[in-house]
Amino acid sequence: MPPVVKIEELHKIYDSGEIPVHAVRGVSLEIHHKEFLALMGASGSGKSTLMNMLGCLDRPTRGRYLLDGVDVSRLEKDELADIRNQKLGFVFQGFNLLARTTALENVELPRLYGQTRMPAKKMRERAMHCLDIVGLSNRADHMPNQLSGGQQQRVAIARALMNEPQLLLADEPTGNLDSKTSIEVMGVFQKLNEQGITIVMVTHELDVAHYCKRNLILRDGVIVRDEAVPNRSIAEVELAKLKEAETAAKLLAVGSPAH
Amino acid sequence: MRFFTTLRMALRALRRNTMRSILTALGIIIGVAAVIAMVSIGNGAKAQVQAAIASMGDNLVLVGPGNQSQGGGVRGGAGAATTLTPADADAVVASFQNSATPEDNSVIAVSPYVTGRGQILANGLNWSTSIYGVGPDFPAIRSWRVAEGVFFDEPEVSGSAKVAVIGKTIVDNLFPDKDASQVIGQSIRIYGQGGGGGGGGGGGGGGGGGNNSGGGGTGGGTPFRIIGVMASKGFNSSQDQDDVIYIPYTSHMKRISRRINISQIYVQAKDEDSVVKVKSDVNDLLTQRHSGTVDFTVADQADITAARTASTDAMTYLLGAIAGVSLLVGGIGIMNIMLVSVTERTREIGIRLALGAHGSDVLTQFLIEAIVLSSLGGMVGVALGIGGSIALGNYKGWPVEPSTAAMVIAVGFSAAVGVFFGYYPARKAAMLDPIEALRYE
Ligand SMILES: Nc1ncnc2c1ncn2[C@@H]1O[C@H](COP(=O)(O)OP(=O)(O)OP(=O)(O)O)[C@@H](O)[C@H]1O
Ligand SMILES: [Mg+2]
Repeated sequence: MPPVVKIEELHKIYDSGEIPVHAVRGVSLEIHHKEFLALMGASGSGKSTLMNMLGCLDRPTRGRYLLDGVDVSRLEKDELADIRNQKLGFVFQGFNLLARTTALENVELPRLYGQTRMPAKKMRERAMHCLDIVGLSNRADHMPNQLSGGQQQRVAIARALMNEPQLLLADEPTGNLDSKTSIEVMGVFQKLNEQGITIVMVTHELDVAHYCKRNLILRDGVIVRDEAVPNRSIAEVELAKLKEAETAAKLLAVGSPAH
Repeated sequence: MRFFTTLRMALRALRRNTMRSILTALGIIIGVAAVIAMVSIGNGAKAQVQAAIASMGDNLVLVGPGNQSQGGGVRGGAGAATTLTPADADAVVASFQNSATPEDNSVIAVSPYVTGRGQILANGLNWSTSIYGVGPDFPAIRSWRVAEGVFFDEPEVSGSAKVAVIGKTIVDNLFPDKDASQVIGQSIRIYGQGGGGGGGGGGGGGGGGGNNSGGGGTGGGTPFRIIGVMASKGFNSSQDQDDVIYIPYTSHMKRISRRINISQIYVQAKDEDSVVKVKSDVNDLLTQRHSGTVDFTVADQADITAARTASTDAMTYLLGAIAGVSLLVGGIGIMNIMLVSVTERTREIGIRLALGAHGSDVLTQFLIEAIVLSSLGGMVGVALGIGGSIALGNYKGWPVEPSTAAMVIAVGFSAAVGVFFGYYPARKAAMLDPIEALRYE
């Protein structure tokens, strides 16, 4: 089985401005099936740029990118669109939900551009299921502007899951979430990962990265560290601990005499 | 495959901006509505003319005084031309009704025709209308039945009898308490009006009118006896067809209009196929009789229709041009708004592209939006145009006849405008780069 992702000497130079910005400077990387990566690094280190290239949204200036054994740097626009639709799920840093469109319809959207037609009823069920995974089935009819930042982020995750991607790319999926919801989302990711989805996510938080199997650190467009996570956190366990602590706190509050 | 999904998306996008969509389509709506309304009214006018001409009778050839095909206008007053006379009518009869078997005659009826306005007095009431002087075959030519009594016959015509056949409207107005059967035998007085030319349609009647001594309706009028009442025909568009009085043309010329020429000769051909032959034969015969001067006009109903609807046709072309201009302006309006919309929705386009939409999906979506806008505009325009023309027609008493062809063309053309002016903005949207579009602020 070929690696899901194999990049060789990938470069990205933005030369739209006055001085060209060399955002990614020769990254080589292999990501195998069922891997779960956290990409870390300071702001401006090139994480989003790398993710966009992995997500076939942007083309590298130089280098080779084999996705599932296919050299995607040579593909046409529409072929790339099909790959994004069929093989990849992308969670954007800024959510990018369609405004004035319900959460459910936002989640259905990738399926509408699928190569085969899915009956409307089945599509609804599938979208509801995805919302259920991120715990938002009760907000299906809400518009993005009626949802909190964290809820919008979770809708974006549900949308990325709609077409059952092989590779899930998430740019700061927990950036807007409180610690408990973050753990819940990581639980979702761990479950998906167990089911066979390869995941690459960007995060700034070390403890979030600890739920992943492998951590990468990027600095000024180069990978400076790449290591496996020893005894990683398991979301279920952490949640149970959290719940225990909560009940204890409550008991304490009830037990203490009213002042 | 993805078409219906795309259509739904386009409709939703339009609904989200209802007000803007309406304003955008307004140019098309107004243009189409104006054209449809005017075509409906023009068609109504045309249909009215055609109905009036058709109601003259079947397979007619009409001979009028003056040459209307040469140099325009009516030639008359040159002294030599008293143009049409009853003798001309007799000659037509003589030349066509001479076959051994009547069925072989290519002409089945001929009637001289004289008109002039006049007053009818009876019962202390008076009624102003057109007085028609015709021959005994006239009801047959018009396919018009006499409901009560009889029409005048040949001896009454040659004797210039003072007999009249009237229509239902005149019965109602002069004999309000009698019905049609009770007016037979009643006496009326007819006053010719306005001396001078006498014959309304006479044209070349200047010479004839000159020797009238009564000078119009002063001399106490002429008493006529009612011998028949025509069957009621009702209204044709806005025209009351029952407001008629027929008297022998001889009586009309001698006692009412006091002229020696006639307004027209009605010649009825055997069937549609013989009309053209009869037309040219009549033309030849009369040319010969008038010693080579063509001081008359022979026309069949098709000629008359063409002449009378020529102005309507010219208007139709003008309307076509106006329609073209207004649709062009409407189309530019649509293009403008679509361009704004593409810029405004750059992020949306980016999201769609990022999630797997092809350029062609985006293209169709925007193209469909433009087409839906323009063709809905066309349809609303058609509805408004028809509604407006009917309202105007009712108010003004104009006949209105919406044209299905115009509606189909208008909607089709509006859709085409949508395609034409929507393509450029839609293509602009489809060419966007997903990542650039997503970064767009
Ligand atoms: N479209 C662009 N044009 C020019 N320069 C760009 C563009 N996008 C990013 N850059 C530059 O490339 C570098 C890497 O940006 P990138 O967005 O990948 O950072 P990041 O690691 O995702 O940061 P953050 O953690 O803040 O999201 C930055 O210096 C940024 O200014
Ligand atoms: Mg980033």
